[in-house]
Amino acid sequence: MSAKKTSTVKTMIVDLYPRTKNMRVWKFGDNIDTDAIIPGRFLTINNPDELAKHAFEGTRDEFAKRVKDGDVIIGGKNFGCGSSREHAPLALLGGGVHVVLAKSFARIFFRNAINVGVLPVVCHDTDKIADGAKITLDLKKGYAEVDGKKLAIEPVLPFMQGIIDAGGLVEYARNLKEVPVCTKSRR
Amino acid sequence: MGATIVEKIFSRKCGSDIRAGEVVMTPIDGAMIHDITGPLAIQKFHEMGGEHVFDPKRVIMLFDHQIPADSLEAAKIHQYMRTFAAEQGIHNYDINEGVCHQVVLEKGRAAPGEIMVGADSHTCMYGAVGAFATGIGSTDMGFALKFGALYFKVPETIRVEVSGRFQKCVGAKDLILAIAADIGADGATYQAIEFTGKTIEKLDMAGRMTCCNMAIEMGAKAGIVPPDKVTWEYMKGRRKMKPFDLASDDDATFAEKRTYNVADLEPQVAVPHNVDQGVPVSKVAGTHIDQVFIGSCTNGRYEDLKEAAEVLGKKKFHAGTRVLIIPASRDEYLKALENGLVERFVKAGALVEAPCCGPCMGGSFGLLAPGEVCLSTSNRNFKGRQGSTEAFVYLCSAATAAASAMKGEITDPREV
Repeated sequence: MSAKKTSTVKTMIVDLYPRTKNMRVWKFGDNIDTDAIIPGRFLTINNPDELAKHAFEGTRDEFAKRVKDGDVIIGGKNFGCGSSREHAPLALLGGGVHVVLAKSFARIFFRNAINVGVLPVVCHDTDKIADGAKITLDLKKGYAEVDGKKLAIEPVLPFMQGIIDAGGLVEYARNLKEVPVCTKSRR
Repeated sequence: MGATIVEKIFSRKCGSDIRAGEVVMTPIDGAMIHDITGPLAIQKFHEMGGEHVFDPKRVIMLFDHQIPADSLEAAKIHQYMRTFAAEQGIHNYDINEGVCHQVVLEKGRAAPGEIMVGADSHTCMYGAVGAFATGIGSTDMGFALKFGALYFKVPETIRVEVSGRFQKCVGAKDLILAIAADIGADGATYQAIEFTGKTIEKLDMAGRMTCCNMAIEMGAKAGIVPPDKVTWEYMKGRRKMKPFDLASDDDATFAEKRTYNVADLEPQVAVPHNVDQGVPVSKVAGTHIDQVFIGSCTNGRYEDLKEAAEVLGKKKFHAGTRVLIIPASRDEYLKALENGLVERFVKAGALVEAPCCGPCMGGSFGLLAPGEVCLSTSNRNFKGRQGSTEAFVYLCSAATAAASAMKGEITDPREV
């Protein structure tokens, strides 16, 4: 276990909004798996900054070298498929990536991302976004703007929004003594 | 209107009618952590203000990915988790028992109708005994450890009905690779896959585990086989409980129904670099291989090893092929030992290792160099997963792996 404490306890969603203008886009394809995001041999690392040094190692080496705070990842369908390793969204977060836009997400990655403070945003038009493009997101109004073109993005499920608003699951859970079991939430 | 088996499991647990699509904070029956995702889960548990886990008896801990500790980092992780287990009164199987999912089922830690979570994507394997089981990340696990409950969006169900008799040397792995190729890598995202039909009813527990294990490879939240005679027989001696009925109603609402007949199914091979790239073995027969791995939670059981041994007979593995055989657990290893399989494999030229995940995840030993090709009975062939991103992993059954290991190239097991 890395002796260094993780730097992400109080994460970002709350302070995401200033960072949603003219962000650089890293374009990826369909079925980007968590082995590609962070290979298995680095999973003894738990610190996001250290993990970020190995993000996409072997599949896209320039990413770890050049990624900057506020950059956005664009995926195709089934982004984050495979292993349940939370190291995947943590490696992105460590590199400064706070938003991933994709046509669809693998279930575990989607939840992990929200839990650690990386916002997974569904956008069916990611084919229209080129690598290196500048993107502006308006999460409240629900669109992404690339090269003057507006692309629709899907809203987050209400119960997930509660976790996002709290600043991640850790913050959401920190002050709870117990949870109301078997109660249904809005979908 | 009827309910699916998954809706019934959630409804039983909460004592009210719960339907697919609803988001429910649901109590869990068990939570599993291992040496890769466990440390982060424990850290999150503490960050959430957790002091005592919800119920130490319901927490399952073991080490399987990097054992015996293969680096100083791994050794420290094991130490950290051991300390947590001792403080919390959690029974830790440590490095002694094998691959997490196999151990959970063998030790009777998952049972029909239960809701299980594991900090590993292949947790869906416990559906083989009729449990609802799903893989989660470390932060969700931290939450589950603190509260003994988790938010679930109750999934819709894809009902898969399988009929027909397998040909010789064709079985559950070939079936699930064919289903994955049909449904696709994201075809079941957010859904459960229920395996039913005459062929599934006849399938042994090992085969059911293989099918449910790979539900995640189609994006599914869970795979499940309704409990029947085979299930209750397996539970005997593992868990004291009376058999009860648990199955989807015929008039339940399914997301989709798919039928398969296995009578003409050929041995299947998933080609690099996605699991849904399954093709009949004849299409890739003759492909040179450098390494063969028979093992993992998907296909490292005694039944798989026996299948490989039967194909092998008294012959030898190809001299130019590295053959790694790793039983999925101590129990499976013992069965293989007692029945002479280990001796046969070793004499044939294989390395037989102690139970662990082995090269499946590429975190430990048995890695591939650039340009090398591995034929593996595990569950994922993603680029770089077993070492170099320039290596190639093909997935298959133990029978196909054994036949190919004998020839040094991908080979139809029906032809040796």
